[in-house]
Parts: sequence; structure tokens; C-alpha cells
Amino acid sequence: MAFFFAQLLTGLANACSLFLVASGLSLIFGVTRIVNFAHGSFYMLGAFVGVTLMQVLPGAMGFWGAILLTGLVVGAIGAFVEMVVLRPIYRAPELFQLVATFGVILVIQDLALMVWGAEDRMGPRAPGLRGVWRIFGEPVPKYDLVIIAITPLILFALWYLITKTRVGVLVRAATQDREMVGALGVNQAWLFTGVFALGSALAGWGGALQLPKGGADLLMDFNIIGAAFVVVVIGGMGSLPGAFIAAVLISVLNVFGVTYLPQSTLVLMFVVMAVVLIIRPYGLLGREEVAGEHGQVGAPESPIRPYGPTGQMVVVALLLMLAALPLFADRFVLILLIDMLVFALFAASLHFILGTGGMVSFGHAAFFGGGAYAAALLVYHLETPMEIAFLFAPLAAGLLALGIGWFCIRLSGVYFAMLTLAFSQLVWSMAYQWRDLTRGDDGLVNIWPASWLSGTTPFYYFTLAFGVGGILVLRHIIHSPFGYALRAGRDSPRQAEAMGINVKRVQHVAFGLAGVMAGLAGGIFVFSKGSVFPTELEIGASFDALIVVFLGGVKTLAGGVVGAGFMTVVEDWLTRLEYWRLVLGLVIIAVVIIAPEGIVGTLRSTWAKFRGTNDEAVK
Amino acid sequence: MTFTRRTLLAATTALALAPVAALAQDTIKIGEINHYKRMAAFAEPYKMGIELGLKEINDAGGVLGKPLEFIFRDDQGDPAEAVKIAEELMTRDGAVMLTGSILSHVGLALSSFAAEKGYLYLAAEPLADSLVWTSGNPNTFRLRASTWIQAAMLAEEAAKTDAVKYATIAPNYAYGQDAVAAFKENLKRLKPEVEFVAEQWPALFKIDAGAEVQAIERAKPDAIYNVTFGTDLAKFVREGGDRGLFDGRPVYGLLSGEPEYLEPLGDEAPEGWFVTGYPWYGFEDGTAEKAFVDAYMAETGETPKIGSLVGYLDVISIAAAIEKAGATDTDSLIAAFEGLEIPDTPIGTLMYREVDNQSNMGAYVGTLAMQDGKGVMVDWTYKSPDGYMPSDEEIKAMRPAE
Repeated sequence: MAFFFAQLLTGLANACSLFLVASGLSLIFGVTRIVNFAHGSFYMLGAFVGVTLMQVLPGAMGFWGAILLTGLVVGAIGAFVEMVVLRPIYRAPELFQLVATFGVILVIQDLALMVWGAEDRMGPRAPGLRGVWRIFGEPVPKYDLVIIAITPLILFALWYLITKTRVGVLVRAATQDREMVGALGVNQAWLFTGVFALGSALAGWGGALQLPKGGADLLMDFNIIGAAFVVVVIGGMGSLPGAFIAAVLISVLNVFGVTYLPQSTLVLMFVVMAVVLIIRPYGLLGREEVAGEHGQVGAPESPIRPYGPTGQMVVVALLLMLAALPLFADRFVLILLIDMLVFALFAASLHFILGTGGMVSFGHAAFFGGGAYAAALLVYHLETPMEIAFLFAPLAAGLLALGIGWFCIRLSGVYFAMLTLAFSQLVWSMAYQWRDLTRGDDGLVNIWPASWLSGTTPFYYFTLAFGVGGILVLRHIIHSPFGYALRAGRDSPRQAEAMGINVKRVQHVAFGLAGVMAGLAGGIFVFSKGSVFPTELEIGASFDALIVVFLGGVKTLAGGVVGAGFMTVVEDWLTRLEYWRLVLGLVIIAVVIIAPEGIVGTLRSTWAKFRGTNDEAVK
Repeated sequence: MTFTRRTLLAATTALALAPVAALAQDTIKIGEINHYKRMAAFAEPYKMGIELGLKEINDAGGVLGKPLEFIFRDDQGDPAEAVKIAEELMTRDGAVMLTGSILSHVGLALSSFAAEKGYLYLAAEPLADSLVWTSGNPNTFRLRASTWIQAAMLAEEAAKTDAVKYATIAPNYAYGQDAVAAFKENLKRLKPEVEFVAEQWPALFKIDAGAEVQAIERAKPDAIYNVTFGTDLAKFVREGGDRGLFDGRPVYGLLSGEPEYLEPLGDEAPEGWFVTGYPWYGFEDGTAEKAFVDAYMAETGETPKIGSLVGYLDVISIAAAIEKAGATDTDSLIAAFEGLEIPDTPIGTLMYREVDNQSNMGAYVGTLAMQDGKGVMVDWTYKSPDGYMPSDEEIKAMRPAE
């Protein structure tokens, strides 16, 4: 019993930082609708700033003063980021800000490395709080009890701010109806900046308060962000008490998981999230997202038309040029193109459900990596010939997508995104921890193509055939009645239903199809690299695809493909530089600000302006 | 539109990248791939070790009369990216061989790639046993002592005590699991009556230290085997120290004595732990070990990490192999690496075994103590891997590629 109680206290102490970070994230999302992936970076900054200030300010006053100051400093950085990076793009398509926040992560990573160096910093102890108190005979660190007491105070202060003050009223009003708040004469821009700064400050406090239990290091940003999102989603996006309950739930569950299921720690959190979302799709205290409430921003799209004869001629000519490339290009260009084609097919498959279907999946890597693993497992365990294993990749990924899609398509918007994320994390943790089958992160190696394909040129043609083929099939489907039904379901589900379209079934099939194509890309990938690792299933891999789709342009047909090409080339170049993350981050932010419709979308509207026509007139 | 953009980009790439190949060919180039950003704390000292070695070699006239040059590339810790860069280094930049990587999975991907394409890869830091054993191939050599060796050295020490009930804690990924399995196997062989009463598996760099300490304490072990490192180690040491987990219990810590992990602990370094590490502060004047430390500190102004030593030995090995081969083609280099002996390195004579392409680099083992508010290794010895390796027959049976 005493042990049980001590475990409970440990869980509560762990919930403190998680709650602070998650509450900031939830607050920012609730008001600005920004899915802020850079939130973990503010947590990391909080830890580093806190450690630095604590060295300057000694003693107990210094310690607590440093924590207080840290929040102000990080809040100010947050306000700066919001004004410079996010403010120009609020009118961009939904979730486009995600790409910008990804750029911010890269910039902050390199700046932190420059300022604080590569070495981990251990946090100082809280003055006067070294050691333990014994509670029912079990040792409990004094500092744990202090932060257990602090957390509800912060929750109460936030609750008071939101429900009892005028600022809070405005914030809540902005959550409900942004336009109305603007119409009432409130300066929305400053409201958003203020909320973003407060959210960042909370993350900063989270980073500083955990110092006596940990320290500051350069991997903190990615290490917390997954858990913070889980908490926000389980609690209900935008709900502070929900975030509190979820942070406590996850932390306490984790403590018991450590004792009774020590190998499960990775999976547990995402299982909880998936279960909660299946039972309560909008989180414990969240509200149902009303369709259209935060719908598409900007002018409505014009219908997609197939290329005219000129366009088709250009495509054929370019295909011929690609086909002739091995005659004059050097070997590495072919290899770069193979990478580019694989990535383009993967991105196109995401773009298919995201652009045409309106389903923003945060876990698309499950199908890319799933396909790659399916082929690799056959080769590794059963010595299946490459040709058969390759065909198995899209098949397995498609089945996986149908299975996962069955759960996910019942939701929409951010909750759909989060459930796909939870499922892809489940797949990832299986690949990572089911070592007898997958060899864990040692990966499956020596998965090379059959001998007739092992040369670079044959494999290039192979990739060209399947990569371009896959993309063409997807485009063809977009122009087919099925594609139009999918679009109808995205733009106006009720009218679509009224016309006799079974929207959910169409979406389910589209999801499966996207899985097939992602798996095809994964199949080509595994034989081009000769190995596959859980890295291909990570959140990062899903986000690479998301980012190129947004960068290329969601509302354009070529978005995914162009984004993939752009990213492959830019990254290939920049990683040669010393501070490539900084430069890449700035490039991403610049593209986001200059081209808020994505690269293709912006080119298209520029072209339309240049010709003196516009889409509205054409329609 | 789709194909317009992509092809334009491809064509631009082709044109833009072309000049790289035209660079001067009068140096011997080595392709070095590492996670310079993602694991900066480990990769930076390693790189400085390489640069020190390069400077010494080139000041002495280079190899085969030409300067030796490393091309450093960042793979973001992604094995697929590493394979792509490796391809570029070999086909376009004119590298004669590949080296690098800290993470085992990247090392395994590069190893498989080298075997498929017929290149030579010298794995510097990746510790996975499978790199030279179950996934070993003739094209891959490895410098650092494997997980197995280091765990066996700790197990040997552990077998000397009368502790019977052991708890283990290791990050839940391939390296942690291998390290626990190797310790268990070696200890059970030496002392069959030991039992393992708790096995804790925190997720890498996401440890919930308080809960882990509680779980271990609950099992009341006689001794603890620890594989956590980095921030996980710092949190584990702090919570464990506060809650009295280490009182009266011997603790065996893999890698815990390496400056990379020991220095951040400051005055909280856990005294009395028996660890593997790198006691650069304890070398005596006049030894090759000390000479390297002095040269490194003079050159960089920093104290060395174990990565510094590995980087230095990496470049020394490569230079020696090229000199022995007298050429830079892969076949000659592989032949040169087989059984290569390099006298007078900071750890004595460095040799690459023919049986599994593994070097004979050993490990420093000793006990942690506090000196001037910092953790240091005392009573340490340098142990060669002889006697800890499986037999040659066992190794041959494990290596399918030969």
C-alpha cells in the first residue's frame, strides 16, 4: 500500500512538466488553431535558459527567480516567433502553419547548439530541497512534493485567467468565433500574439521546473512533443482541465507500466490514446468539432481539370527525357532521382487523401514503412524472391490502411490526424520492440534486389516505371467519378450524402488506396537502400511527407510531387553546410511566408495574374 | 505540371552537382558519415580526434606521398540518408573507402551497402555485436570493442562478489537488450546460481527515473547492472541516489565512466560503481596514452572524450591500411586490413583480426570515485578483449557471409 502510494506520488510529480507543456499547446491550439510542433522547442529553451539563469542567480531566491524569469524570456521568444513567422500566414490553408513551426524547430535546434554547445547540462538541485521525506516508510524526494503542490496552483491560475478576467473572456470568444471578436473591435493580432506568448511561457516553465529532476539537452524538443500531443488529444484539444487530467493519467499509468510491464513503456501511451479516441473521439473534456466551424480558409477552389493537349505533350516529352537520362547523366544523379521518385510517390499518396479527400493524416509513414517492412520480412525470414516480396509491399500496406482507416475515418480534422498518429506509433513501436520478428532498431539488412535489377540503371528504370506509374494512376483516379465523389465528401459531406454518395465508404477506400501507393513507394525504397529500420515508421517520416505536401501546395494536383522534388534537392545541398538545420529552417519559413498557397499554388496564381485572368472568372 | 517541375529540378541538380566531380584528385579521400547534428555531443570530439590524426599524418608527408583528406557528411541519424551519402561519396566525390557512424543501425546499413556494392567500410563507433558477427561481411571492419566484450568484463568483476540477485536497467532498444543479454550470459557461465530478479527497460532518453528506481528497489536485488547513459543516466543517478537505491549494493555500469556521460554528472557521479570508461586524467607521463591526451589538449584546448580516441585511432588505422596496401582500390585495402598491425598507438599495438574483421581495441575498467568535485575512474586497468571473445569456431559459425 505504501509502495502503491509512493508510485502515485511519482506519477503526479512527473505530470507537472507534461501538464505545463501540454496546457500551453492546448491554449495555443484552442485560440489560434495552430498545431504548434515547435512547442517542444520552447520547452527545451526553457531548460537551457533556466540552467543558465540559475548559474547567474545563486541561492533559493535565485532558483525560483530564475524559473520565473525563464517563463518571461521564453514567452518573449514565443511572441517574436508568432509575429515574424506565424502572423503572415494565418490566412493560408488550414494546418499550413504546421510547416512553419517545423522550420522553427530546425532553427531553434541549431541556435541552441551554437549558444549552449553540444554537452548535456545537469539541472541544479532546488535549494533546501535535497533528499527525501519518508511517507509510510517510502522515500519521496522533497522536490517531487513541491511540484505536486505547484501544478494545481498553475491550473487554478490559468482557469481564473480564462474564466474570470476580461482577457479570458476575449480569449474564449476568439476560440468560439474569431470573426465576431474582430468585428467587436478587439485587435485579434495582439490577442493571438499574447496567447502564443503565454503558451510558450508555460512550456518554458515546464522546462525550467523539471531541471532538478533532469537537465537540459538538445534532444528534449522531440522527446516531449509526442507526449504533449497525446495529453492534449486525450484531454480534448483546447481544454485546460482536460490537459491536467490527461497529464496525470498518462504519468501515473506510466509509473505503473514501468513496474508491471517494463517492456511496454513505448506502446502504452499510444494505446491509451487510441482507446480514448475510439471511445470518446473528442477527448475526455473536448467539444465536438463542428463541421465547417474552422473550415477552409480563403477563396473556394476551382474544379480540377485534366491537362489539355499541350500539357500532355509536355508531360510525354519530359517522361522521354527522364527515360533517356541514363545515357548521359552520371550514376549519382540517377540515385538522387530514385530517391526523389520514391519520395514523390509517397508524398503523392498522402496528397491524394489530404488534398482531394481532405483527410490530414499524421501517420502516413505507417504505410510507407509498413510496405517496406512487409517486403523485407519476407526476404529476411522466408528468403522470398525479390519480385514476389516487392508485390507484397503495396498489398500489405493497403490491408493495413484499410484496417487502420476503419477506425480513423469516423473522425475528422485534428482528431482524425491524431488517431492516425496513434496507430502509426503503434506500428512503429511494434517494429521497434518485437525483436524476434523485426530485429528492433538493428533493422532488417541485406534486402537487395534480384541480380537483373542490381545495377543502378536497371533499378532506375524500375523506379521510373513504378514511381511514375503510381503517380499517374493516382491522378487518373482523381479525375474519375470516384475522385469527384471524394472531393464532394471533402467540400460538402451533407450534400454528397444527399446525392447518394456514401461518403465514409469513399473515404475508406481512398485511405486504403493511399496506403497501397505508399506501400509501393516503400517497396521500391527498401530494395534501393538494401535495408529498413523503424526510422521509416517514425513521426518524423510522416511529417516529412506532410511538409512536402504543404510546401508543394495542398490545393494543386502536383503539390506532393513538386514538394518532394524541392525538398530532396534542397536538403541534399544544405546538409553539406555546417549549420544546415538553421539554413533549412529559414528556407522553409521563407517559402511558407512568400508562398502561402504552396509552391505550385503560388506559381499558378502568379501565372494567372500574369495572363490577366483569374480562377474566379474561369469558373 | 507534375513532370515539368520535377524534371526541371532534376536537370538543375544534375548541372549544379557536376562541378563537384571536377575537384582535384591529388589527395586520398575518405568518406566519413556521421550524425554531427543529432548526436553532436559524441560526434564533435570524434571529429576533433580525426582532425588531430589527419594533421599528424599530413605533417609527416601523408600516405603514399599524398595528403589524406576526410570528407565529413551529416546523415541526420537516418540510415537511408547515410546510404545515399555513401553512394555519392564513392561515385562522385572520389572517396576510396567509407568510415564513421555512432548509431548501430546506421552502421549496419552502411555495412550491408558496402558488401553489396563492393566498397570498404570501417565502422568506428557502432557497438552492436551483429556488425561483425551475425551480420558480418568481408567488406566491413570495426574499430571499437563490442557490447559483448565490455559486458563480459563487467560480468567477470561481478562474479567475484557474493551477490546473487541482480536487477538490470537498460534502454529498450537493440543496444540495451544486447548489453543485458551479454551480461547475463557471461555472468551465468561464471556463476550459475545468480538470478535476475528485475529487468527494467526505460525508453531511450525518456526514462521515468523515479518509477524505475521504485521498481528496482521493490525487487530488493543484491546488485545492479546499469546500461543507461546520457540524460537517462543523469536522471537515474539522481533519483537513485536520493532514494537510497545504491546504498550497500554493487552497481556495474556499462559506459558510465566515459567522459561523455561522466562529466555532465558533476559532483553527483555515483561513487563506487564499477564501470567501463576512459580515464584520460589518470595516465602516467611518458606513456603513449598520455602523449595522445597532451597532443589532443594542445590542439583543441579541450579535454578528450572516448570519441576523441576513437576518431584518432580511426584515421591512424586507415592511413596504416593504405600504406600497407600501397594502393587505394577496395580489394587491396581489404587485404591490407585483414590482420593489419599498427604499433605504437595510444592503446599499444592495434590489430585487426582476420577471423571477424574486429580490432583488438579493449576497454578501460575501474571504479568511480570523487576527486575535486568531479567523478573519476580509479584503480582502473586497460583490458584487451582476449579471453572475452567467443572462440574462433563460434565466430566463424556466426558469420554467414564467409
